[in-house]
Amino acid sequence: MPAEQMDIFASKKALAAPLLSVQGLTKRYGARIGCADVSFDLYPGEVMGIVGESGSGKSTLLSCLAGHMAPDAGSVVFQTAAGPRDTVRMSEPERRMLARTDWAFVHQNPRDGLRMGVSAGGNVGERLMAVGARHYGGIREKATDWLGRVEIAADRIDDRPSQFSGGMQQRLQIARNLVTGPRLVFMDEPTGGLDVSVQARLLDLLRGLVRQMGLSAIIVTHDLAVVRLLADRLMVMKGGQVVEQGLTDQVLDDPQHGYTQLLVSSVLQV
Amino acid sequence: MSETAYNFGYLDEQTKRMIRRAILKGLAVPGYQVPFASREMPMPYGWGTGGVQVTAACLTPEDRLKVIDQGADDTTNAVSIRSFFQRTAGVAVTGATRDATLIQTRHRIPEAALTEDQILVYQVPIPEPLRFIEPRETETRKMHSLQEYGLMHVKLYEDIARHGQIATSYAYPVAVEGRYVMDPSPIPKFDNPKLNDCPAIQLFGAGREQRIYALPPYSKVVSLDFDDHPFVASKADHACDLCGSGVSYLDEVIVDDQGGRMFVCSDTDYCGARVAAGQRGRLSPPEAA
Ligand SMILES: Nc1ncnc2c1ncn2[C@@H]1O[C@H](COP(=O)(O)OP(=O)(O)O)[C@@H](O)[C@H]1O
Ligand SMILES: [Mg+2]
Repeated sequence: MPAEQMDIFASKKALAAPLLSVQGLTKRYGARIGCADVSFDLYPGEVMGIVGESGSGKSTLLSCLAGHMAPDAGSVVFQTAAGPRDTVRMSEPERRMLARTDWAFVHQNPRDGLRMGVSAGGNVGERLMAVGARHYGGIREKATDWLGRVEIAADRIDDRPSQFSGGMQQRLQIARNLVTGPRLVFMDEPTGGLDVSVQARLLDLLRGLVRQMGLSAIIVTHDLAVVRLLADRLMVMKGGQVVEQGLTDQVLDDPQHGYTQLLVSSVLQV
Repeated sequence: MSETAYNFGYLDEQTKRMIRRAILKGLAVPGYQVPFASREMPMPYGWGTGGVQVTAACLTPEDRLKVIDQGADDTTNAVSIRSFFQRTAGVAVTGATRDATLIQTRHRIPEAALTEDQILVYQVPIPEPLRFIEPRETETRKMHSLQEYGLMHVKLYEDIARHGQIATSYAYPVAVEGRYVMDPSPIPKFDNPKLNDCPAIQLFGAGREQRIYALPPYSKVVSLDFDDHPFVASKADHACDLCGSGVSYLDEVIVDDQGGRMFVCSDTDYCGARVAAGQRGRLSPPEAA
């Protein structure tokens, strides 16, 4: 099985240039290390999980990748429609443009990723309007469709997210992000603050969307069940460093690094 | 203290120069909100201190000033601002739109077409059109500079979703010269078309918020809308009960406690001139024989 996966992986590589190519990415907070010398390639259609204990640098890395934070060193080359570009050295307008077209960002706390004073439909429609949609009926139709895809009843379209449960808010945030068909989705603990049963449903939904849309994604989580379900590849972080990376099943079934072994075993004990 | 103790237009020359620089910058970058160091004026905020400072910086002794509030020359606010400049600048005043060289206004654009020889100064309470949906000033500034205006349409979307149509009827947002989105101050959207291609200079002053912005003559000003919900410059579906005008913006006035109403032009100069010229409306007194 792992060998077969390796083959698929190799053929993917042969077919396409990486969607995202990260080299030597480093971010310090004063003397403290946020993340250090992180390098990896992400290929179109791949989902990569980043795991590690709290404080290991996952959020810092994701923020640097998504352009929310400027790294101290390294490059993040994204395959734009016009060819590969280092997003670290891009102008801010260009980066913000990417952020509302090719990229999406799902925050752990839906309040950080939603407009709480705007209806569900308006939340989903915002990205459409941001890229120039000017037909109300068309925007509403698309919003309705996307609410359906994240299992929110169409008659909730004019309700505000504050009237939604935590799980619904998170699904709304996902709809709002995916409506414009981004090519790369960043997620920071997307199932983080939710009850276990709600988490499972959200994971199922995410898995379905990722498969249907052929999404490329980078998912930060401390939950190995999440990566097992969603991620093709896995990166393990400790103290800001990547200590191990590889195909998810390989890393989880046969962890090489002592820290990964600990992580995996502590999960198995649960 | 004698009235001659005031500098011309109340503000000192240095302050007026500072305001003029902000105005010039505003004219150079139409629709862009220029910060300025707003001064304390001898009237409360909300009484148009931004407009008053802009007017003070623009007035010359030869000017003829008109001040309107909701279209009327005779409201308390209009009267007190007019007398303020009579006292501090000694300028001539008028109620006739056509005769004025500078018009300070709150909530209306006069009905009569403006000319290249005129300046229209608006009193602005909240200059930032993105404020209602994005309260962070750092973020709205960035949105303007990067022309990220999707949120303006989110506001209009919310309007239609809630009311079945764009319910915003005052301070209806506009795009200026295809660049900056601007709040035209709380004029009725009926007046929005008059912002466009206007021969007069239009200046906007927000005192409390310390912002000045401007439209040079003949600026292209477009009201935001959706393809399937186009902008409509609506007004009450009546004619003026005093002068019979079917094209002017109307105020609804309750005339008794039986629910009797009448509709009258909000622009008192326009209405008065029509009546003087013999025009009649539904409730005009019968003609003297
Ligand atoms: N804004 C910040 N200022 C200073 N140190 C920070 C800041 N954010 C994170 N750190 C530190 O950087 C390291 C990595 O943090 P973070 O990226 O949040 O890890 P994780 O998301 O894996 O929990 C930690 O030591 C954390 O204390
Ligand atoms: Mg984190």
